[in-house]
Amino acid sequence: MLNSKIPKGPLENKWSDYKGHVSLVNPTNKRKLEIIVIGTGLAGASAAASLGEMGYKVKAFCFQDSPRRAHSIAAQGGINAAKNYQNDGDSIFRLFYDTIKGGDYRAREANVHRLAEVSANIIDQCVAQGVPFAREYSGLLSNRSFGGTQVQRTFYAAGQTGQQLLLGAYQALERQVALGNVTMYSRHEMLDVVVIEGKARGIICRDLITGHLERHFGHAVLLCSGGYGNVFYLSTNAMGSNVTAIWKAHKKGAYFGNPCFTQIHPTCIPVSGDHQSKLTLMSESLRNDGRIWVPKKKGDDRRPNDIPEDERDYYLERRYPAFGNLVPRDVASRAAKERCDAGYGVGKSKMAVYLDYADAIQRYGTGEVNKLGLDDATKEKITELGREVVKEKYGNLFDMYTKITGEDPYTTPMRIYPAVHYTMGGLWVDYELTTSVPGLYAMGEANFSDHGANRLGASALMQGLADGYFVIPYTIGNYLANEIRTAPIPVSHPEFEAAENAVSERINKLMGINGKQTVESFHKRLGKIMWDKCGMSRNAQGLKEAIEEIRHLKKDFWSDVRIPGKILEVNTELDKANRVADFIELGELMCIDALHRNESCGGHFREEMQTEEGEALRDDQNFQYVAAWEYQGDGQWQLHKEDLNFEVAKPTQRSYK
Amino acid sequence: MSLTGLFLISFLIIHVCINACIFNDLFYPEDDGDMFNRAAHFMATSMVVRTLEYGLFIGFIIHIIQGYVLEAKNLSRRGKGYKINLANKGSKWYSRTMGLLGTLLLLFLIMHISHFWVPSRITGLEEVEGKNYHNLFILMVDVFHNPVIVVLYVLGCISLAYHLLHGFQSAFRTLGMHNTRYIGMIKGIGTAFSIIVPFVFALMPISIYMDWIGRN
Amino acid sequence: MDHSNISLTLEVWRQESASANGKFVTYKVDDVSPEMSFLEMFDVLNERLIREGQDPIAFDHDCREGICGSCSMHINGRPHGPWHATTVCQLHMRAFKNGDTIVVEPWRAKSFPVIKDLMVDRSAFDRIIQAGGYVSVNTGNVNGVDANAIPVEKDKADTAFAAATCIGCGACVAACKNSSAMLFMSAKVSHLALLPQGAPERKDRVLNMVAQMDKEGFGSCTFTGACEAVCPKEISITNISRLNKEYLNAGMTVDKR
Repeated sequence: MLNSKIPKGPLENKWSDYKGHVSLVNPTNKRKLEIIVIGTGLAGASAAASLGEMGYKVKAFCFQDSPRRAHSIAAQGGINAAKNYQNDGDSIFRLFYDTIKGGDYRAREANVHRLAEVSANIIDQCVAQGVPFAREYSGLLSNRSFGGTQVQRTFYAAGQTGQQLLLGAYQALERQVALGNVTMYSRHEMLDVVVIEGKARGIICRDLITGHLERHFGHAVLLCSGGYGNVFYLSTNAMGSNVTAIWKAHKKGAYFGNPCFTQIHPTCIPVSGDHQSKLTLMSESLRNDGRIWVPKKKGDDRRPNDIPEDERDYYLERRYPAFGNLVPRDVASRAAKERCDAGYGVGKSKMAVYLDYADAIQRYGTGEVNKLGLDDATKEKITELGREVVKEKYGNLFDMYTKITGEDPYTTPMRIYPAVHYTMGGLWVDYELTTSVPGLYAMGEANFSDHGANRLGASALMQGLADGYFVIPYTIGNYLANEIRTAPIPVSHPEFEAAENAVSERINKLMGINGKQTVESFHKRLGKIMWDKCGMSRNAQGLKEAIEEIRHLKKDFWSDVRIPGKILEVNTELDKANRVADFIELGELMCIDALHRNESCGGHFREEMQTEEGEALRDDQNFQYVAAWEYQGDGQWQLHKEDLNFEVAKPTQRSYK
Repeated sequence: MSLTGLFLISFLIIHVCINACIFNDLFYPEDDGDMFNRAAHFMATSMVVRTLEYGLFIGFIIHIIQGYVLEAKNLSRRGKGYKINLANKGSKWYSRTMGLLGTLLLLFLIMHISHFWVPSRITGLEEVEGKNYHNLFILMVDVFHNPVIVVLYVLGCISLAYHLLHGFQSAFRTLGMHNTRYIGMIKGIGTAFSIIVPFVFALMPISIYMDWIGRN
Repeated sequence: MDHSNISLTLEVWRQESASANGKFVTYKVDDVSPEMSFLEMFDVLNERLIREGQDPIAFDHDCREGICGSCSMHINGRPHGPWHATTVCQLHMRAFKNGDTIVVEPWRAKSFPVIKDLMVDRSAFDRIIQAGGYVSVNTGNVNGVDANAIPVEKDKADTAFAAATCIGCGACVAACKNSSAMLFMSAKVSHLALLPQGAPERKDRVLNMVAQMDKEGFGSCTFTGACEAVCPKEISITNISRLNKEYLNAGMTVDKR
């Protein structure tokens, strides 16, 4: 039985009670304790900085050339915090409630409440570090609203909030590096966790420059390696984002929680051809003013501006009159897929829908004309003024679209399509962020805990920093307080030896296959299977096929992959092969999880489970739990369930009609 | 660089003002360079100015040495160079070739000193009839009737113009001027200065060669 | 935007390792879609090289959204290629014509040694940040100081943000004739000096960072403006002037130690 270690007592007191009673490690002992941090995104950099500052000896690892390049840097929108600066009725409870509801009642109440509690401190912390958040003319912090909420609680720094927050954490980290509290290993990739007598005691990693394997001891190991959206090949994740760190941990005993929960973001720039390597997100804010449509006629090849108004299908407005174009991410994504699958898609690939600003331009233009009192303005003048308003609000996004597509969104509707963006699933962790292996922690996107089946916008940054700055500094003490008598284990220990040998063997095996197909081509095939059968909507038949296809793909990979070059040198293809091999195994588990969860919730939509109108149908009776999968050997998993109890936020059905 | 540069710029102001005295001829041809000669005499005999002159030489030497040291250091930072390098599209050619322009100016300076400063201070010059000061003006008229020298002087002035065009505003920015309004102002003043001062200097050999002044 | 596909000749710097001698190798690439990004064109080329049994070209890249700062190619004489305010990953093949020859080189600076092919070591930038590019506030320890306790003039906050958008790609160093890192460093110094939170340490910060930059072997700034012109984030060279002011001010007022 899974023990989530949720403290007793009323929800709002749990975290303060916990902090009041948690074991502490005295400063002299902290100096003797070593901690390994994998990944330097928001969660990893903030954790490494905080723990280094507290006096622990920290080693931080990232595969990029600098910790500053972790993919948290690409987050655009903002970070939520229950500050109530706008005096619009926000509170810790509201942030907690919105997050639970947005997650379609598949997240753990105690964790989410703690997240909401520390959210305000995150903003204080970041401002003190010099993060340049957007401000009003008063000199005070500015807020904006985001999807799924009725208050303005999102703090932002133009469209680069993730960058600014990460640089804040990176600078805090570099400060600890300068002070000698943290040792930084960049261009290093973790390839295994070393478990000794049931506890995580270190890692095996590969120096990506020399190709040599290294052993590192730690009294505890923190995995902050992000999400696994790249299992779909095409996603908004960075090229290097991978599952390897948490997958190795999973194979060493850490349970994997809700692996099938994937967030598909509705507004991305569509795929332009087979060469495509990655997808680019267009901020959710575009749906505030744009109208989404497809032609009413199948396979209509006319230019969008040649299609008359009455031959356009504004399908979101048609299906969801109450919310229209502003339905939540999962709903908007599924609706776009439904139209394209039915043959109404647009663009060369027919896998796109239009996001049209013509109406918004006219509306803003007319508004400007009224404001300026130009009674006899021509149509051209109205359009010109309208474009200026739109440019002011969305100019940078429109510029980005032009750069990538070569089209002018001011005159031609943008083509958009949903893309994989975030994975709510991840390693199962308890209230202390410990995985099912003592001493092994998972934080940020790498764990499963706070977003349930669907994440709200601007909550990922909040969770990463909450885990790193405010949660782990307390909870890790509870474990390490009992470790002060554990002397550092020499890396010559047989378990280190065995782990390194296993890693080395696998690398040799990969290099020895010498087949015909490139790593990339396998990754593409995996992505296609996952996208088609375990993507925006899933059904039992497709998932069963997908599992078979993935098993076949795995065999093919291990017998026909071609990796050029040598082991002991920079070998980006070998790095990739290591990652793709793990993605293939993960893909199988995701399909198994999606198949077993015979309900629709949040980002997980089972076609068998929908209302008559085609909306998601949750099954609280049978599936109100976290699915935590235990690895039991190649292609074998055992399901463990953590029942979710909603004492405060009672589940209701979501409706956007 | 910026401090010595600005010091040399201030010297240029005095230099151009005094030399501009020769243009008095244009309006009073009978002056025959007397105004200039008297000004030059004052500059040559005043103890204060003579002391400053040492400062000037030191300023020149420091500026030149610093310039070469800086250029050598900076050039060594690249290591292997690029096959194609157009990064310069964003920068002005004269900003990138301050070392070369400076070298041209140095050559010019040597020639210039040997033409005027050396005779005036060391080897001696004939004095103006009835006055106890040198007739530097006659020397100028002599020197600038050689077309080769006139061309060299004009080229020197062009080098100076470009050297100043970069140096003037760069000096202020090196000293930390960052307010965009002031930078704009300094760029304007710098451009005007870099055009006017070398132009006035260049006008001198040309005017003399063309016999606009010093006809009698 | 229907364009037909194009053929190109690439001259790419190949260097096996840091210690090896490199050389330019010519590759013909056909059937390049104008809709590809520059890096996707490299992906396609690499796939071909692998199939042909050759070593693929190593280059740094990650987010491919122009924000992580990994990509670093000197394309036809310009860092990040011909488009203004664009990283290599956002550069698209529409920028080139059929039959073009494209020369691709790594960043060139002694402080950025080549690791392999087009990959360079930019860890010097991390060390410059370590020298003082932060606010020395402990994490999790600011309870009681509310984020809105100190208002910040909007203009200053905006200028600080504009400086803080630096992605640390190193194009400024690559373009500068002096291989100077002043634009990179001035962006961080300006960002923190402009905010009240960064003010207490501003003097030590600028002195230490400049000292570290010199130690790393970057050249000095002579205001040629090449850095600003190639910066994908359009960081203003005015930041360098601000850095100079901070430096002079600190140099003249900090007590000798």
